[in-house]
Amino acid sequence: MDYFDILISILGSSIRLSIPLIFAALAGLFSESAGVFDIGLEGKMLASAFAAACIAYTADSAWLGLLAGIGASVALGLVHGFSSITNRGNQIVSGVAINFFVSGITIVLGQAWFGQGARTPQLTSAGRFAPIILPGTDAVRGVPVIGSLYANVISGNSLLTYLAFAAVPLSWWILYRTRFGLRLRAVGENPGAVDTAGISVSWLRYRAVICAGLLCGFAGAYLSIVQSAAFIQDMSAGKGYIALAALIFAKWKPVPVMFACLLFGFLDALSNFMQGRQVPLIGEVPVQIFQALPYVFTCGLLAGFVGVATPPKAGGIPYVKER
Amino acid sequence: MVGGRSAAKKFEAIVGAVALATVAASIPPTLAAEMKPALVYANGGKFDKSMNEAAYGGAEKFKNETGIEYRDFEPTAEAQGEQAIRNFASRGFNPVVVVSFSWTSAVQKVAAEYPDTKFVIVDAVVDLPNVRSVLYKEQEGSYLVGLLAGMASKTGKVGFVGGMDIPLIRKFGCGYKQGARAANADIKVLQNMTGTTRTAWRDPVRGGELAKNQIDQGVDVIFAAAGATGLGVLQAAADNGKLSIGVDSNQNFVHPGSVLTSMIKRVDLTVYNAYADFRKEAFTAGKQTLGVAEGGVGYAVDDNNKNLITPEMTAAVEKAKANIISGVVTVHDYMSDNSCPD
Repeated sequence: MDYFDILISILGSSIRLSIPLIFAALAGLFSESAGVFDIGLEGKMLASAFAAACIAYTADSAWLGLLAGIGASVALGLVHGFSSITNRGNQIVSGVAINFFVSGITIVLGQAWFGQGARTPQLTSAGRFAPIILPGTDAVRGVPVIGSLYANVISGNSLLTYLAFAAVPLSWWILYRTRFGLRLRAVGENPGAVDTAGISVSWLRYRAVICAGLLCGFAGAYLSIVQSAAFIQDMSAGKGYIALAALIFAKWKPVPVMFACLLFGFLDALSNFMQGRQVPLIGEVPVQIFQALPYVFTCGLLAGFVGVATPPKAGGIPYVKER
Repeated sequence: MVGGRSAAKKFEAIVGAVALATVAASIPPTLAAEMKPALVYANGGKFDKSMNEAAYGGAEKFKNETGIEYRDFEPTAEAQGEQAIRNFASRGFNPVVVVSFSWTSAVQKVAAEYPDTKFVIVDAVVDLPNVRSVLYKEQEGSYLVGLLAGMASKTGKVGFVGGMDIPLIRKFGCGYKQGARAANADIKVLQNMTGTTRTAWRDPVRGGELAKNQIDQGVDVIFAAAGATGLGVLQAAADNGKLSIGVDSNQNFVHPGSVLTSMIKRVDLTVYNAYADFRKEAFTAGKQTLGVAEGGVGYAVDDNNKNLITPEMTAAVEKAKANIISGVVTVHDYMSDNSCPD
């Protein structure tokens, strides 16, 4: 297998691995732009993965599964909103509580309903989103470089993959080109000013956490009904936190968020690929080094190369109306 | 002395309790010896389509044949194993069968505390006079499925995806490689491990990616020895029209027509035999090692995969099986020297 085929294979893998990160990081972007920190991305993703797998299995429909996933995630988003916006609780504590709650409840319910060690039964093809073969794939497959890239990396992904890439410019447009987006960002920087203008801070922040729930729902559903064909306990495996790291790394901007997520996906794919392989001059490198690589890179990038990452000014601070 | 009366009362109570305890202890064990077998599963749930489900099958078979009820417990966290084992032992369950090397230290502790209770542990050795340790020659079963993989592969490349990177799993991979080499001396065997922590047993996403990666490199048969992670491997193989090999239980039904065969470990027999031996009062402690000759490991053929296994493959694998039993072929055990011959 020559180097180009290897590159194509790694690129394809990077894209598959970065999709949940992109959805979750965009979710965090909406929430945090409005001044609500969201540590609960992980939990919402996991809840959505669980709900999506359960419903996709019982109803044998990927679409209903996706809806259920989004529903579960939005519901948790509202819980986060209720505790941190309405009741002005600590946003970090509320998010961590959501993560713990979901990690436990999915195991209990999964075990009670299906008895397979918190796993849901394997989905049939009707319960999953099938890969979409883009038009012209077969026609260009023979073309060198571009053909192979088109056939193996760009075409043949699932609907949610294309949706994730569509969500990036859409998020940018919403945040930077609409009135809603302007107000959303304003409420994250200076909620007092927004309030003075006669706009409800709470309602804006609620809409932000609903958007976050929606996007997290896609991330979770992708995990359980696209990438795999069942829910497994703790299957989000820290992706919510990696998404948060990507969000900070990208300085809370939609397009850099996408590139940061792709980078993390690429590192993950590379670590899968490099296992047990001979590296020139060094020989076979222990697997553990490659498995640690994404985390080492994350630390390094966050510590050294990002420069100053300034979060929204009012982030994490509950808004109290002056009287 | 203040509180003298209450102290006296306490004394009375203690005497009473001791008397009761003496009475209880004096009931001859035969009266209470309605056999009460117990079973503690590995992490991963009873119906994991793998080792736990096999153990469950063995216990059910015993129940159906003898009418003796058994109690089982599914630990969902690391700390629950010892709790469950101790709980069963303290409530008089006997014998207690424990499926998984994860509970080795738990059995070590509890078995020493309850010397009259018989314990069985699978996949690990606990050297106590009341413990039967059952090991399998996974390398022999893996050799057989490796041989089938080598014959079924059209590209001359086969893959292996392991769960946690531990010697036990390397043992599977090493036997598999030897089998594949026996079918085709030039074959390339790609090996990947999912991780180094116990989450490696339940990461089907990574399992699927590793499988896809191997497929991209030309592999067309993949053996997964990775618990629930393996389901991701079988899924990836099915999605890409390649062949896969299941592990522990017969997993041929998971994707009919795509799972070439399964390397089966007869944990069901271990559980059944433990209960049956105890019932016949023929329970023996000590180490048992079950290989192809003892019927402890093997490959699975059923309606789901019979079209994938050609008569030549059947002939070759049966011959290999006979050779292993007769000692003509010895499969190297990775765990004997922590290395695999190339």
